[in-house]
Amino acid sequence: MRHIDSAEQAIINGLQGGFPLTQRPFHDAGVELGLSESELLDGVRHLVADGRLSRFGPLWDAEGLGGDVCLAAMAVPRERFEAVAEQVNAHPEVAHNYERTNALNMWFVVSAEKAGRIAEVIDEIELETGLKVYAMPKTREFFIGFRLEV
Amino acid sequence: MIDAVDRKIIAATQGGLPLVGEPYRAVAERIGIDEATVIARLKQLLSEGAIRRIGAIPNHYALGFTANGMSVWDVADDAIAEIGEKVGALEFVTHCYERPRHIPLWPYNLFAMVHGRSRDEVRAKVEQIGQKIGPAARAHEVLFSTRILKKTGLRIAA
Repeated sequence: MRHIDSAEQAIINGLQGGFPLTQRPFHDAGVELGLSESELLDGVRHLVADGRLSRFGPLWDAEGLGGDVCLAAMAVPRERFEAVAEQVNAHPEVAHNYERTNALNMWFVVSAEKAGRIAEVIDEIELETGLKVYAMPKTREFFIGFRLEV
Repeated sequence: MIDAVDRKIIAATQGGLPLVGEPYRAVAERIGIDEATVIARLKQLLSEGAIRRIGAIPNHYALGFTANGMSVWDVADDAIAEIGEKVGALEFVTHCYERPRHIPLWPYNLFAMVHGRSRDEVRAKVEQIGQKIGPAARAHEVLFSTRILKKTGLRIAA
């Protein structure tokens, strides 16, 4: 992995939240991190440009915006895996889809803005594939203090 | 509920803020409203939970955290509230949810996502979770992702 310099480390470890909502936020955040406005801007631009940050800005919450999200899993026979992945991914409501090491080997997230749409998408996928879709909606979310440390 | 102005702000910032000295002014100019409104709306959306946080969104993979394991646990229903809080508080757990079981295929009701630089590092962290949960964990597994089949971000139209 590439070397991380001290400014980059300060940005990644210190700025995963709490970016100021002020007129010159890079200046104000820089004061906290011990960086000038231009040092902070250059550091963030560099981290975004080379892909170590996916982006810099608000992390939107689909549910907080009034939409619905549901994790779902399927046990897909090995010989049909690629074809079923295509059928599942063809739904625009399927945002993420991962192959995982389990009898339930396909795990995807269905999200929709309209209430009730998720159940319809799950029904459609079951009809198209002839396979059962196990819906795993979250029934409770536990608080995460997480900040990735580099 | 979000309104048309919120939707414009979301559409203009979902790929990230403009990386300039006055990013909220730049957003405001792009969508034809004033800077103070952009800042006030973002404050409101943050306090309502529509925005989880504002700042650096790390790409785990590019930062060397190439292994991700979904640890799943069968925890007694009457203990899950307390245990979920403890597991979520571990610094290496990125998501922690209670979800329904699907007996007999799927006995697990607590999901804790763990990122690490290797599968061994993830396994060691999962062991730490196990110690935290103690005997209330009747069974657990770690599901590693072997392939990303699809990944698109949240898409909100203006």
